[in-house]
Amino acid sequence: MEKRNLTCIGCPMGCQITVEFEGEEVFSVKGNTCAIGDKYARQEVTHPERTVTSTVVVVGGAKERTSVKTSANIPKDKIFQCMDEINKVRAHAPLKIGDVVVKDVCGTGVDVVVTKNCDIA
Amino acid sequence: MLYDVIIIGAGVTGSAVARELSRYKLNVCVLDKEEDVCCGTSKANSAIVHAGFDAAVGSLMARFNVRGNEMMGDLAKDLDIPFKRNGAMVVCIHESEKDGLKDLYDRGIANGVKELKILNREECLELEPNLSDKVVAALYAPTSGIICPFMLNIAMAENANVNGVDFFFNTKVEKLESYTCEKCGEPVWKLRTNNGEYKTRYVINAAGVYADYFHNMVSEKKIHITPRRGDYCLLDKTVGNHVSHTIFPQPTKLGKGVLVSPTIHGNLIVGPTAVDIENKEGNNTTAAGIADLIAKAGDHVRNLPIRQVITSFAGLRAHEDHHEFILGEVEDAPHFIDCAGIESPGLTSSPAIGEYIGQMMKEKLNAEEKEDWVGTRKGILNPADLSIEERNELIKKNPAYGRIICRCESVTEGEIIDAIHRPLGARSLDGVKRRTRAGMGRCQAGFCSPRTMEIINRELGLPLTEITKSGGDSKLVIERTKGVEA
Amino acid sequence: MTSYDIVIVGGGPAGLAAAVAAKKAGTDSILIIERDKELGGILNQCIHNGFGLHTFKEELTGPEYAYRFIEQVYDLGIEYKLDTMVMDISEDKVVTAMNRTDGMFQIKAGAVILAMGCRERPRGALNIPGYRPAGIYSAGTAQRLVNMEGYMPGREVVILGSGDIGLIMARRMTFEGAIVKVVAELMPFSGGLKRNIVQCLDDYGIPLKLSHTVVDIEGKERVSAVTIAEVGPDMKPIPGTEERYTCDTLLLSTGLIPENELSRNAGVSINPVTNGPVVNEILETSIPGVFACGNVLHVHDLVDYVSEEATRAGENAAKYVQNGCKDEEAGKIIQLKAVEGARYTVPCTINPERMDDLLTVRFRVGAVFKDSFVSVYFDDERVMHKKKRIMAPGEMEQVILQKKKIAEKPDLKTITIKIEAE
Repeated sequence: MEKRNLTCIGCPMGCQITVEFEGEEVFSVKGNTCAIGDKYARQEVTHPERTVTSTVVVVGGAKERTSVKTSANIPKDKIFQCMDEINKVRAHAPLKIGDVVVKDVCGTGVDVVVTKNCDIA
Repeated sequence: MLYDVIIIGAGVTGSAVARELSRYKLNVCVLDKEEDVCCGTSKANSAIVHAGFDAAVGSLMARFNVRGNEMMGDLAKDLDIPFKRNGAMVVCIHESEKDGLKDLYDRGIANGVKELKILNREECLELEPNLSDKVVAALYAPTSGIICPFMLNIAMAENANVNGVDFFFNTKVEKLESYTCEKCGEPVWKLRTNNGEYKTRYVINAAGVYADYFHNMVSEKKIHITPRRGDYCLLDKTVGNHVSHTIFPQPTKLGKGVLVSPTIHGNLIVGPTAVDIENKEGNNTTAAGIADLIAKAGDHVRNLPIRQVITSFAGLRAHEDHHEFILGEVEDAPHFIDCAGIESPGLTSSPAIGEYIGQMMKEKLNAEEKEDWVGTRKGILNPADLSIEERNELIKKNPAYGRIICRCESVTEGEIIDAIHRPLGARSLDGVKRRTRAGMGRCQAGFCSPRTMEIINRELGLPLTEITKSGGDSKLVIERTKGVEA
Repeated sequence: MTSYDIVIVGGGPAGLAAAVAAKKAGTDSILIIERDKELGGILNQCIHNGFGLHTFKEELTGPEYAYRFIEQVYDLGIEYKLDTMVMDISEDKVVTAMNRTDGMFQIKAGAVILAMGCRERPRGALNIPGYRPAGIYSAGTAQRLVNMEGYMPGREVVILGSGDIGLIMARRMTFEGAIVKVVAELMPFSGGLKRNIVQCLDDYGIPLKLSHTVVDIEGKERVSAVTIAEVGPDMKPIPGTEERYTCDTLLLSTGLIPENELSRNAGVSINPVTNGPVVNEILETSIPGVFACGNVLHVHDLVDYVSEEATRAGENAAKYVQNGCKDEEAGKIIQLKAVEGARYTVPCTINPERMDDLLTVRFRVGAVFKDSFVSVYFDDERVMHKKKRIMAPGEMEQVILQKKKIAEKPDLKTITIKIEAE
């Protein structure tokens, strides 16, 4: 059985959590102060995930870049693939918060969405 | 084309000579290996216009220091640059130092320095309350002043350029050869550079720390210039009035010592140290140097607010072995004129050196004066100098003066655009900085640099990836993100 | 001269929240003056997650969080000027500003809210020795270049400072294809949030070297290498511990300094510990009718607390204006002191009659404290003794004071906050 110490990234508190697990089975989670921590710790040792934030190239906009994020967490091992997809995007202005610039990025079922409005030039 | 005079070096010396030569109907150009004027010692010094008591009696240093100091007031007016005679005090903190003080006083009198006075302790503290508790006496020199070395250098060069002198930057002289002109039997100099060949009747060697390199290429009587590094700390404007005079310790054989002075722009400058090095490009600061200057500065000034430092930098003095200016035609290299060994009081002396060499060249070349020489120039307009009504008139005509780019120094977009487009205009971030002060403030360009880069990009058509901090390889950004072309 | 009841200097998170709160509190004549070309302040370049958990119970990126307030500014019809720089604030609340279209103009303000935020400490203020090449950036400037203009400052990066901006930029540069070789931190602890160590450094195998600093920068024109060394308890480099990293970029995340040039020129008293204005319980500075909130007051680590603080400042400014531009009766003033581990408090003074029922007092500790207690003393009597597993300088703390508890002690002169081991 494995025992791992990790810092929860669910919120800025950063609780120190100890997880005992074997493979995909989690036996105990100790040290969290809320449910987010419990969920995070279980996820982190079995299927670690992250939200990716970045920028995309804007075409015809008042600005040349606008910011985007994955609309939910994606598997941690897909981060750089996801960045490759994001880097290929040429998004046309106008752009609004929530607009989808990449649908189902890297087959994760998660979209990449705009997080900052960008008007037409 | 055969030039009459080519000047190697666009620092204060070269620019002062260029300006004087621009009075005459001569073909003159200046070559500098950097991308702009004022990139060597001229941009990293104490910015003091010395009174002239320090230099050895009868020396060229003494003569040109005192003359340069005399000329500076009118020159600053003509060139529209800031200059102030704030006075200097050489401070004694031991009774034993008083003899040395008397020596300096006598030297000053012999050199022709006016208004010198020795002050007692009470007089010192009345004039300068933040002097050290240990002060016993001081030599007071009211004619000593402070100036902006960048603006002095740039203004002289600009004025020379407007009056017909060409400036070629990024041009490094690699070889100098003299041959005899078939037609007239006079020596002609051929300069091989990375940008082609130049031919001239006279060469003026104003190459700063590299002056020995060029001199020794052409003469058997060698000279030796040691770069003598000085570290400085610049303190925030909020403490710029900690002292109002330039405070010196007693000089030593290494130089004038670590001074504390207000600057013409309202900061406080502390430095320099004095360390001899070999590397002519060794203007990096060192931990030891900065620690040394902080320790020394605290000797003569109390409660030095050193924590208000906003930046530190180092300059290299061109110290020749004989600690004296070398001015004049090289005996075994006819038509090669040295302006070498220009260490302190080089900045102060530069207009006088220019005057002297200018006169020398006039005679040697039998040059005719131009009728249309304009010795004055208008500097970059600072809207803060205008009344609110005048300022708004200006903004109406030119909205760029209504947008602040450098918030620490309140520099507007209009001033930056002026700096870029005027003769010998800025092409880099540092070029803008030295002409407008944008980036010299307490945030050290953290706020304004992206904005200034945008302006340079727009005004000169340079992609941001081509814009440099100070020429050469000093690119500021490497590439666009996401594989977009620059 | 035009006049507004409330002039807010800065349209970032503090200014926006203050404006919205003042408007909702019933003051209509409000003007936000913002020097950038859009509202949102520093949040516009903070494209990462982590904002809004307290305020909106959601995790948002910086621009999204900003837009929640910008939208309210639009909906509430609050006036704002962009691309406009405030040049001066006078003691009698005349604000001088300038832009391209209006030129230089003055506004008579009933109340002023200072919300100018903060700037980054540059290399020069640290006296880092070496050459002065291109490629040295404060982390925030690099962030702007990458996120807003879309330029890479460099490809091989060393970062000095493990504050949040440095950590975030370690990840950001990595995402955009750079190699971040090391993050060096002068203190024996990181200045940033623990979550950022995990998701910005650990995730990408970027080493963090605590108790290290930069001792040399090589490269005359462009950075070519950076040498770091370990420091001793006196914060001085230990000879022999030098490590040299080739790189073309050095990012500095070495501290934020509230931008109080305007405040100082106006004559506002500044707290030397925070470099922000001294304020009372209504967030009013030493000049009546001039309020301060957000990073200009003291550097925050969570924007949610900025919004909370700014909301109070906005409400209080509105109250001041509605009271005829006069403070309510001040009466007695209680001093707040931070000692023994606590570095400062915001506010610095409390008027017990004027305070809200519950008053949040924010403070920071000067070192890392494990299993210690936050203690509050009313004069010599300890009234609060709360155990905290961990406290660090990078994380703002707070205690909540109750008006009725203070009212029980009419002779109370000083409230002290300190950290105790037991």
